Amino acid sequence: MEPTTFDFAPIWLTLRLATAATLLLLLVGTPLAWWLSRTRSWLKGPVGAAVALPLVLPPTVLGFYLLVLLGPQGPGGQLTQALGLGLLPFTFAGLVLGSTLYSLPFVVQPIQNAFEALGERPLEAAATLRAGPWDRFFSVAVPLARPGFLTAIVLGFAHTVGEFGMVLMIGGNIPGATRVLSVAIYDHVEAMEYAQAHWLAGGMLAFSFLVLLALYGPGKRILGNRP
Amino acid sequence: MSGISARFTLALGEFRLDAAFDAPARGVTALFGHSGSGKTTLLRCLAGLERAPDGRLSVNGEIWQDENTFLPIHRRRLGYVFQEASLFPHLDVRRNLEYGWKRIPPGERRVGFDRAVELLGIDHLLGRNPARLSGGERQRVAIARALLVSPDLLLMDEPLAALDLASKADILPYLERLHDDLSIPVLYVSHSPDEVARLADFMVLMEKGKSVASGPLKEMLARLDLPLAHGDEAGVVIDTVAAGHDGTYHLTRLDFAGGSISVAQTPHPLGARVRLRIHARDVSLALAPHGDTSILNVVPATVSEIADESPAQVMVRLDAAGAPLLARITRKSCALLGLSPGMAVFAQVKSVALLA
Repeated sequence: MEPTTFDFAPIWLTLRLATAATLLLLLVGTPLAWWLSRTRSWLKGPVGAAVALPLVLPPTVLGFYLLVLLGPQGPGGQLTQALGLGLLPFTFAGLVLGSTLYSLPFVVQPIQNAFEALGERPLEAAATLRAGPWDRFFSVAVPLARPGFLTAIVLGFAHTVGEFGMVLMIGGNIPGATRVLSVAIYDHVEAMEYAQAHWLAGGMLAFSFLVLLALYGPGKRILGNRP
Repeated sequence: MSGISARFTLALGEFRLDAAFDAPARGVTALFGHSGSGKTTLLRCLAGLERAPDGRLSVNGEIWQDENTFLPIHRRRLGYVFQEASLFPHLDVRRNLEYGWKRIPPGERRVGFDRAVELLGIDHLLGRNPARLSGGERQRVAIARALLVSPDLLLMDEPLAALDLASKADILPYLERLHDDLSIPVLYVSHSPDEVARLADFMVLMEKGKSVASGPLKEMLARLDLPLAHGDEAGVVIDTVAAGHDGTYHLTRLDFAGGSISVAQTPHPLGARVRLRIHARDVSLALAPHGDTSILNVVPATVSEIADESPAQVMVRLDAAGAPLLARITRKSCALLGLSPGMAVFAQVKSVALLA
């Protein structure tokens, strides 16, 4: 294969997807992690388990249910149509949604652990220093949980880059729209284009190794507070 | 109405808090009792850190909590010093100090930044990270941080308990300066009789979750119906004024309403306030002012009450022109002297401890 015909689209798409998913994950995962770290409600167990499901479920199972849910007959699909958003499966937005669900535990758990490690004391001290609840959260809880956030961002991003089964189910394989890296590699192998597959697969390998090196490397104990 | 009026009940598992007291709006009020007596829980209720549903609290006439009101912690104009300094590890000392200071309107800042820094002697620490401070330094920063919100009430939860003896000795003078220089009322939780004797003006005595008695410190220490006035450590506190230095014998004369006490020369300037602690075990009684004794300090007083201490000993409460004194003597001496309330006696003070 000539390098000039090398298709960069899957790489850009993957990076866009991972960035969007990571942002959405932080937006959804932070309040969820906060609630899980503080609540004494009986719901903590069930919600915590639901968040952790993608850790054990085959991604295709998650993708399948999401496809059904968001399909034309599913309640999610009817809602998005009623809102004028159309149907999400086989679109970039659908991919972002699926990726967010799929990577949720990788973002929620490090942040939740970091919040739990805070204890009550710094927040109590802030309260006696006139800081209201939101103020305490942003001026004390978030900065003190920074290592947890860094871990969450790296893992959430990297995990989204590495997904396959989920995107294939919910996104399909539309070049430029839903054809991400992992799917592109699969296609290349099916088409016997081993040189292309090598480039992409090798790149993924290097990327994944570098990410993990950043987390586990000497002097870094970012993962120290994960279970 | 000025002053602090509090009433709290709270059940925490086995433990039950049932405390009520009124304390003056100035000076240091000690919440005193053994560990587990509920002092810290009571202090946390006062701050709103613990939610006691049927609690009541008013500070200088302002309701902080009653049936209809629960002012959240950050709306109560208080300062809180925890047992461990609890500085924010992600902020340096200066930004720790500024945390609360910046959150109150400039018009309400009665304690200036430089003033608090100077009062606690932490000028040289401002750029440091809290992790690089000693225990005593950390606690001084925490106290300054609490002062900088210009509180109407300063709550201190055993601020010295987590410190070693040297750091304690290091901080006590700063606490005394607070007491002397600022007009902020302080509620001070402690189980240390020495700290209370040094710092407090008023005392709430806690036992098993209950507030058993409260009143001015000097009065409380001499109340024979309370455990404070019994045992080896029983004794009174007297505030005196340095009235003269005797160069020949290297003595300092300290005057109080009931007379004067001479002690080994102290560096206090004339007119300085000096607090003394006189243990009951160091006071003996005589019916006449003997001249032929080595005991220098003899204070005329009246017997006001006598209580049993042990089969061999009694505790005698005396009144020296309004200042209460305690004397622990043998039951035999009491009988030989024929002591009874109302009798005039001479209290011979063998030794005193200078507290400040």
